[in-house]
Amino acid sequence: MNRGALLSVERLVAGYEPRLPIVNGASVHAAQGEIVALLGPNGAGKSTLIKAIAGLVPAAAGRILFDGKDLTRMPAHLRISEGLAFAPQTENVFASMSVDDNLRLAAGLVPHARRAGRIAAMYEAFPDLKRQKRLLAGRLSGGQRQMLAIARALLVEPKALMLDEPSAGLSPKLVEIVFAKLAEIRASGVTIVLVEQNARAALALADRVYVLVQGRNRHEGEASALRGDPMIASLYLGGVETESAA
Amino acid sequence: MTVDLLGPLAYASFFLVMALLNGLVCLGLNVQWGQTGLFNVGVAGFVAIGAYVSALLTTPENDGHLGGFSFPIIVGWMGAAIAAGGVSVAVGALTLRLRADYLAITTFGVAVVVQLIALNAQQLTGGAFGIAFIPRPFERLAASPVLYNLVNLALVAVVVSAIFVALERLARSPWGRVLRALREDERAAMAVGKSPARFRLQAFALGGALMGLAGAMEAHFIGFIAPENYLSTLTFQVWAMLIVGGSGNNLGALLGAAVVWAMWTISGLLISDIVPPAHEARAAALRLAAIGVLLAAMIVVRPRGLIGERALVSRHIADADASS
Amino acid sequence: MSPQVIIEGLLNGALIGLGAVGVTLTYSILGFANFAHGEFITFGAYAALAIAAVVSALVVGFGDGLGPLSIGPALILAALFAMALTAGLALALDRLLFTRLRGKSEAISMVMASFGASMAIRALIEFVFTSRPAYFSRDLQIARPLGFGLKATPNQLALLLVAGVLVVCVHLLLSRTQIGRAMRAVSENPPLARASGVDVEATIRFVWALGGALACASGVMLGLLVQIRPFMGFDLLLPLFAAAILGGIGSVPGAFAGAMVIGIGEALAVQLAGAEWRAAVAFVALIAVLLIRPGGIAGRKP
Repeated sequence: MNRGALLSVERLVAGYEPRLPIVNGASVHAAQGEIVALLGPNGAGKSTLIKAIAGLVPAAAGRILFDGKDLTRMPAHLRISEGLAFAPQTENVFASMSVDDNLRLAAGLVPHARRAGRIAAMYEAFPDLKRQKRLLAGRLSGGQRQMLAIARALLVEPKALMLDEPSAGLSPKLVEIVFAKLAEIRASGVTIVLVEQNARAALALADRVYVLVQGRNRHEGEASALRGDPMIASLYLGGVETESAA
Repeated sequence: MTVDLLGPLAYASFFLVMALLNGLVCLGLNVQWGQTGLFNVGVAGFVAIGAYVSALLTTPENDGHLGGFSFPIIVGWMGAAIAAGGVSVAVGALTLRLRADYLAITTFGVAVVVQLIALNAQQLTGGAFGIAFIPRPFERLAASPVLYNLVNLALVAVVVSAIFVALERLARSPWGRVLRALREDERAAMAVGKSPARFRLQAFALGGALMGLAGAMEAHFIGFIAPENYLSTLTFQVWAMLIVGGSGNNLGALLGAAVVWAMWTISGLLISDIVPPAHEARAAALRLAAIGVLLAAMIVVRPRGLIGERALVSRHIADADASS
Repeated sequence: MSPQVIIEGLLNGALIGLGAVGVTLTYSILGFANFAHGEFITFGAYAALAIAAVVSALVVGFGDGLGPLSIGPALILAALFAMALTAGLALALDRLLFTRLRGKSEAISMVMASFGASMAIRALIEFVFTSRPAYFSRDLQIARPLGFGLKATPNQLALLLVAGVLVVCVHLLLSRTQIGRAMRAVSENPPLARASGVDVEATIRFVWALGGALACASGVMLGLLVQIRPFMGFDLLLPLFAAAILGGIGSVPGAFAGAMVIGIGEALAVQLAGAEWRAAVAFVALIAVLLIRPGGIAGRKP
């Protein structure tokens, strides 16, 4: 048990089918205000792990503690009210609804009196979205969609924000912009946990890193210590870029 | 003594013929649902197509309706299978590329429209009066009910057994294995280059053709048909037969047909013997409700069975692999 | 051809439209074609009939029509109660059957179960009420001239208005309210909805209730305009599905527009070919949509 940790995942076993776990007893901790990255090769179970923390994949064993509460058995839609927000990788916005409707839906969790204020705050923080209020979210570009996904999660003022591969499908320039946004968000006190395939960008942003292989913890450490570590590169053989032109 | 046995014997063989013919429809449905996972809500329509086509091909000249071809019975039966199979191909080609329930809705529509045409296109189908004097196999024996029923039973039994054996072999053949693979894990099957649409269409057409054949055989056994023989109740009975018998296998289809047909017949006899005439319609409605409940309950409690559950696992592994 | 066909078409369309709106909602949000929807219509009509009879017997004068209508307070109260009862029936069906099947089996199993359930409900209704046609009121209504060679009874006009208002309300619910957004979210992406804090199970229950209530309204309207019989809902299934698919599954205005197309088409068919052929129109419309544009007028690609 990790004192001072906002999010504490202990020996979690999870998978879509009870007999076929994908996460095999992984543990992850994130302290208040930290950025923690989950890295690992394809099939490592990082995505499944983060979905399990969000409650979208059933957990067969282990514990999920958040801000002192045990979330392990809590239905997914209640977790966000506890302050744990999640932006999935693909299909992370409602494409058939307008940008505005996407935000209003998210605002449903905020007390009525504060709703308009929170929505306005998101438009302030993401001016691009404000310009395209009426546009169907499905028509947004990849980068704007990612911003909308983040805005939807931030709207409820979460204590922690979890993201599944926020860089997926984005050009290097856009990845920079998104990750700069994430740094801003951390600066405002929100804890961030992200799963990333783009190890270089993740290592540049994160404070601490977990490396998962086949659903288990393989390595854990300060991001600064792991930058340029050849072990990371070897894990990604045949995978994604680690050292390419910035 | 012989006289006492004849009545029940005639009836028993009649019962068996009907059970076997229902079993044949069920076999066709099993090809569509059990092997291919397609939901045909308009079974009665395809049976009706077979019955009417065969009747129209084989009956002599008649003022009441189109026809007068007087082809031999076997031509009628072939025509029935081809017609029903043909309509199945049309429906399948239209809907198989779309979501699964569009096929259900379209087949439902087919049954409605077939019923509509049968009832109203007087010149074509004889309207509400239907078509009579359909040539019966072994017509000469019709004077003796026992002999007639027994000989026809033999004929039907031979045909249905032959089809059963053929279907079993088909299921184990390469074609059948592709269907099974598609049923369990479509992505894997497509990866080895099998086009799902083509196989499904073939299976759907085969099932439809069998239904049409069964309709034709029944028409010729009884000798007359009318639109009211092919209402949604029939579709419903056949589905109950397949689900109760254990969907997914041919033997189950035949067994279910026999069991449900027996339940239907016995309850029918009980209603007409025990229930006062004024309430017979209500009792019949209750019987229908009971089978509806049975059907719904079976789907919840005992769904597709082994194959269905395995499919679920395969699909989720594929999903998990794709995400991380 | 008499211009009266326009009135017939509009009424027909409104009637199909009320049901089609319910179908398009449940189809898009629950994810399957519910064959029992027809029985919600039938059940709703019979429930209203029974309750209206009781209310009229208990409260003198409530059975009499309001003004020129043959619809009285008894029927209005009865319709409201019946809508609640039908919503209850829909919820019960969901609890008994569909909740158990959802997520655990292929979606087509739910269609199959709904088919079985539809048979059971229809047969039970026939058991209780017999198959003799029934009517809400024996009062004969005189059609009043509207100009341009058109005429309509007060009932017909009132019902057209009510249907229109209901459909507009549903559309506003879906597009402007939080529950409507939740419904659209669940329709598109249930896991994302969950992650956004939407109680998916509660939303599904709401959709069932709403669908049931709308179906009941449809049944009462049909009962008033034509008659009440056990097959009334079942016979509407094909036009309902055709209208919903024509309009694009998930689109309320689309479903209503599709229903109008089919309604007017049926009225034309009755004039040109005879009443017995009206059911063929829905089938032709269905085939045409599936051939040309399966996503429907307003829908996404399936």
